[in-house]
Amino acid sequence: MLEIPCPWCGLRNENEFICGGEAQRKRPADPDRETDEAWADYLYNNANPKGVVTEWWWHVSGCTLWFKIDRNTLTHEITPIEELPE
Amino acid sequence: MKRFSIFSLARNALTGHRNWGKMWRSPDPKREYDVIIIGGGGHGLGAAYFLAKEHGITNVAVLEKGWLGGGNTGRNTMTVRSNFLREDSVPFHEMSLDLYHQLSRDLNYNLMVSQRGMITFIQSSAANRVALQMANTMHIYGAEYRMLTLDEVKRRIPIFDPSPDMRLPVRGGVYQPRASMVRHDAVAWGFARAADARGVDIIQNCEVTGVRQEGGAVTGVETSRGLIKGKKIGMAVAGHGSVVASMVGQRLPIITQPLQAWVSEPVKPILNEIVVIRSYYGTYLMQSDKGEIVVGQGCDPYPSYAQRGTFPIIEDATTSMLEVFPSFGRLKLLRHWAGMLDIPYDGSPIISKTNTKGFYIDVAGSGGFKTTPAAAKTFAHLIANDFPHPLAEKLGLDRFASGRLVQEGGVSANR
Repeated sequence: MLEIPCPWCGLRNENEFICGGEAQRKRPADPDRETDEAWADYLYNNANPKGVVTEWWWHVSGCTLWFKIDRNTLTHEITPIEELPE
Repeated sequence: MKRFSIFSLARNALTGHRNWGKMWRSPDPKREYDVIIIGGGGHGLGAAYFLAKEHGITNVAVLEKGWLGGGNTGRNTMTVRSNFLREDSVPFHEMSLDLYHQLSRDLNYNLMVSQRGMITFIQSSAANRVALQMANTMHIYGAEYRMLTLDEVKRRIPIFDPSPDMRLPVRGGVYQPRASMVRHDAVAWGFARAADARGVDIIQNCEVTGVRQEGGAVTGVETSRGLIKGKKIGMAVAGHGSVVASMVGQRLPIITQPLQAWVSEPVKPILNEIVVIRSYYGTYLMQSDKGEIVVGQGCDPYPSYAQRGTFPIIEDATTSMLEVFPSFGRLKLLRHWAGMLDIPYDGSPIISKTNTKGFYIDVAGSGGFKTTPAAAKTFAHLIANDFPHPLAEKLGLDRFASGRLVQEGGVSANR
């Protein structure tokens, strides 16, 4: 059982959350000017690293906050990187 | 290759089974090959076999970082089936079933194909609708997929609880008679032995650490056993697709997720068919030839390379299994494990060229074992001819840019 550090709720069980994918993904500023390949790269391709990845998580069965964590996909070690906004 | 037969069995029995000989050589890598396959599982070994058998390319090396079939080929739940949703999936998986049913003879190696059939329980109107849609698509391609009444399901599977009192009572089922169980290790060993006999070099304990390129084309691979040159390179690594593809700077539309399975102690025969229960993730169970009840479910819902899973999946699968099979609550758990799957965005396999000339990829996706022979055959075709096999034309990487995805709900990861 992963324990995900929600900035609002603290450590909670993984099944209260949905993993929202890699956080470094940037939506192109003007999608109409992108090539199909660049748009597909944004939509579908992942770095999918074996190691540390910064990703979005959604506390869907809790406070419903979206936040980011650093997670090691090999060791499952998790580092919180976000403080609750004031 | 020494052929296996009733006579070779008798001959070796007389000498106490001490003189069987090795099933394949363990050569040192040559300096150069026409084709290098990265990954010595079912897909890689199968591709090497079909390259040699159907395309006459025998100067081939299969590089495996561990031992043959030690990855997902040895970690799946042995089920092969073709009950899928899309017109691009069904014929591909049908070809795989056809090949599985004839490969024991072609390879002269017993894959222990056991045609049990698969029954998916219908426990909701949504499941009923999907089953009918699949059945119609499959009938177009000559694949039998038959709706069963509750009485027919009870006749085939006497041990489940048909009472209407549970949360999602079983209303009926849908049945694929040709679905089978296949001895998974034998698939790797059978392909390895037959490929080796045709001259393919199988090199174990040889990890690929980099890919050499010149002018946008591959020239070889760096490995833990030195540089090996090759004109064409085929990647068939389950669970490490992004890692190896990044060696040529290729990003892939996949994430790597763990898929867990676990087995009980062996018991006497009680469950003939492979059974799918429509829980939240889709739970499947079957009884192995050894008598163990094998249980599995969908992937853990986040990326991981850890080759182990976490508890919510086990809990959910056990809950839904015990609701329908309450007597299995007395079974003791023997083993539990996980494999890592490279799940493409649409759930279907990727058999494709890449932006780097001479670098080809076979991403097995979430149904890697059931597609093994078809993927191997079409991957060998792609590597040999530089254009896709007719049944894998729609499975290229270009489908993501064109938007023509092969969206599959019928895979364990997407349920």
